[in-house]
Amino acid sequence: MKVCDIKEKLNLTLFCGGLGLDRVVENGYVSDLLSDVMGNANEGDVWITLQTHKNIMAVASLKDIAAIILVKGLKPDEATMAHSEEEQIPILGTTMEAFELAGKLYKLLNS
Amino acid sequence: MQFKYDLEGGNFSRAGHASSEVKKILKQLNVDARIIKRIVVALYEGEVNVVAHAHKGVVMVDIDEKRIYIRIEDEGPGIPDINLAMQEGFSTASASVREMGFGAGMGLPNIKKNTDQLNIESEVGKGTVLEMTTMISS
Ligand SMILES: Nc1ncnc2c1ncn2[C@@H]1O[C@H](COP(=O)(O)OP(=O)(O)O)[C@@H](O)[C@H]1O
Ligand SMILES: [Mg+2]
Repeated sequence: MKVCDIKEKLNLTLFCGGLGLDRVVENGYVSDLLSDVMGNANEGDVWITLQTHKNIMAVASLKDIAAIILVKGLKPDEATMAHSEEEQIPILGTTMEAFELAGKLYKLLNS
Repeated sequence: MQFKYDLEGGNFSRAGHASSEVKKILKQLNVDARIIKRIVVALYEGEVNVVAHAHKGVVMVDIDEKRIYIRIEDEGPGIPDINLAMQEGFSTASASVREMGFGAGMGLPNIKKNTDQLNIESEVGKGTVLEMTTMISS
């Protein structure tokens, strides 16, 4: 499954990094702790978080994350968006909470 | 091959720059992707620690056919009890740093897990030196 498929099926907003919508999604990871993501997320994961600052892009890029999804209607900071475009790693958004979004994404990736 | 990167205490927007550069270099050298991943995790955590806990620092990277050696030296408060700092969950990070999702006390454990050889020396009131060596070919 690709990032664009997830965007469509879960009705997500695309904030930035649209050039990366063809990235392949392997799995997902939910965390708001950057060291936790550094230590435990895997390449090709979609990362669900409420963090919006620029460092999430540094982490996503270093870990080869497929896309970031911001929950609860949160929007990425200006600098975060610029970095996302550069790295071509999409940042998507939803009004859902992490629990609900993770459940839906899990079902989607495992069906 | 040697590379050097400067680190600035408190400047979170630059954290990860050295890691990103080293990742590119190792990719160009065709180092095994799994090994690159480990090095990048350890270096990123080392960078973040200087930014979060110290005043300024330097990353020195030395790569040869066999191994990558990274030395991160900072001027800062130092670590009074290194064994305690190595424990998962131990953190002295400020509330604002924690709010950003840093300060989970997982940095040094991540570094330990992702390097072949780690050496930490620290002097309270002066600074800290982290030395990490990882084999890049067998
Ligand atoms: N370069 C450093 N200078 C001063 N103190 C440090 C440094 N690196 C780590 N520490 C101390 O060790 C603790 C644990 O570090 P770490 O495991 O990376 O967790 P965190 O950075 O999330 O607090 C820090 O909270 C800090 O007290
Ligand atoms: Mg740390």
